[in-house]
Amino acid sequence: MIDFPFMYEALMRLLPGIPMTLQLAFIASAFGVFFALAAALMQLSGNVVLRSVADFYVFCIRGTPLLIQIFLIYYGMGQFDFIRHSFMWPILREPYWCAIFALMFNTGAYGSQIVRGGLLSVPRGQVEAARSCGMSQVLIYRRIILPLAIRQALPAYGNEVILLLKATSLASIITLMEITGLAAKMISETYRVVEVFLVAGSLYLLINFILSRGVAVLEKRLMRHTAAERPSSRIAARGAA
Amino acid sequence: MASPSMTQPGVPDQDMALAGPFADAQMSDQKTAISIRNLHKNFGDVEVLKGIDIDVAEGQVVSILGSSGSGKSTLLRCVNFLESPTMGEITIAGETIRTRSGNNGDLEAADMGQLNRLRTNVGMVFQGFNLWSHKTVLENVMEAPVFVQKRPVAECHDEACAYLEKVGIYEKRFSYPAHLSGGQQQRAAIARSLAMHPKVMLFDEPTSALDPELVGEVLRVMRALADEGRTMLVVTHEMGFAREVSNRVIFLEQGWIEEDGAPQTVFGASRSARFRQFIAAQPH
Repeated sequence: MIDFPFMYEALMRLLPGIPMTLQLAFIASAFGVFFALAAALMQLSGNVVLRSVADFYVFCIRGTPLLIQIFLIYYGMGQFDFIRHSFMWPILREPYWCAIFALMFNTGAYGSQIVRGGLLSVPRGQVEAARSCGMSQVLIYRRIILPLAIRQALPAYGNEVILLLKATSLASIITLMEITGLAAKMISETYRVVEVFLVAGSLYLLINFILSRGVAVLEKRLMRHTAAERPSSRIAARGAA
Repeated sequence: MASPSMTQPGVPDQDMALAGPFADAQMSDQKTAISIRNLHKNFGDVEVLKGIDIDVAEGQVVSILGSSGSGKSTLLRCVNFLESPTMGEITIAGETIRTRSGNNGDLEAADMGQLNRLRTNVGMVFQGFNLWSHKTVLENVMEAPVFVQKRPVAECHDEACAYLEKVGIYEKRFSYPAHLSGGQQQRAAIARSLAMHPKVMLFDEPTSALDPELVGEVLRVMRALADEGRTMLVVTHEMGFAREVSNRVIFLEQGWIEEDGAPQTVFGASRSARFRQFIAAQPH
């Protein structure tokens, strides 16, 4: 039988892992989105060198497991003297930052393909209209291309953030005590695998439920321009005509 | 045949285009709004424009006719460099667009700042409307005045409302383009280009994407603009508009100007056999 008092105890022990999980996911995605945008713009730039660099980045990151990337960053960087002696070392030796870097590179690579699709979906005519109004290239990106691309990319990018949130569980392997790390620790003390992982899984489920609702609300808000008009306003319009 | 009336720069087409009832009124204090010199455009090996010279005087309403593939849209798009000419010179309100050779053999603007400044003098209305789909009608109309011309927001707002009133869709100002009919979208697009106070307006087949019953509402707006004395270059298939509203008709054929003159003259008795044939083939 399921031991509810024990599961409650597990819940109380895993709850303190939530802030760490959220930090890893949100810091990595906040910076990762810039990697994604930069890589997407490089791929679309028409410059062979820039495109090759971005292609190679995406190829390497997408082609290797995140777990191995985390290991390589955590154990690998200490191999280089110039990194160990650089001013960055106090940061780079922290497993916390290693995990964030790995997650950030990872989500940047996957995200770049979503952003690229969004950028490519922007109708040419709307960009031409902007050019014909005398908008500079920067202004066109800021006012027309990015807002349209973000709207197009949003559902897929929401998915990417959810994947990233679940991927943070791998950070437990380099000693970070987020939800999965705390769960593993508790299991090693109690040997009660199922109950603890049931609780840990439920916590991820809850976070992702909130996250996906948030994305849905944002999407609904940003996509007002494509939604059918509200019946009331349609009736009002007909009445006016 | 290149246009016979365009040989002398600065003496724009007095013999033909300004003949007719409006001639006297328009001959006085004429200024050239747009001058196109020796315009060539190649797409790969295909020569689409083979040397076009046109001077458009202020207040002139020019209809550009031609069968598909004759280069009329390309000509219009070269005026504001949405399409890069292969050769030639464009002068807008007395200022020539500075160019240099781009890497694909076409010209490119040497100074994007200058080009963008001149573009604000040239409103463009597209066949596909091209309203910004994530902005309301009002936001579409205010966008360029606020963010390009950097005029005060309140002033831009009042003006945008006035232009929307003028084209008859003020009530739709908070709607998104997707919620409007084609005719309403095109009128919003006209209001959007009016809001920049352009010296010239380019219309690229503005009614070709519309249902037949919506064409009239857009043509009425365009006729009102012509009556205000605005300078307009209109690529169109609407023979009625060309005949009744414009005061100059240019017929393009295979990248050349085949006919150029006042509608009364050219629709009555064109010297061009090809143009007579083109008119005869139009539905009435």
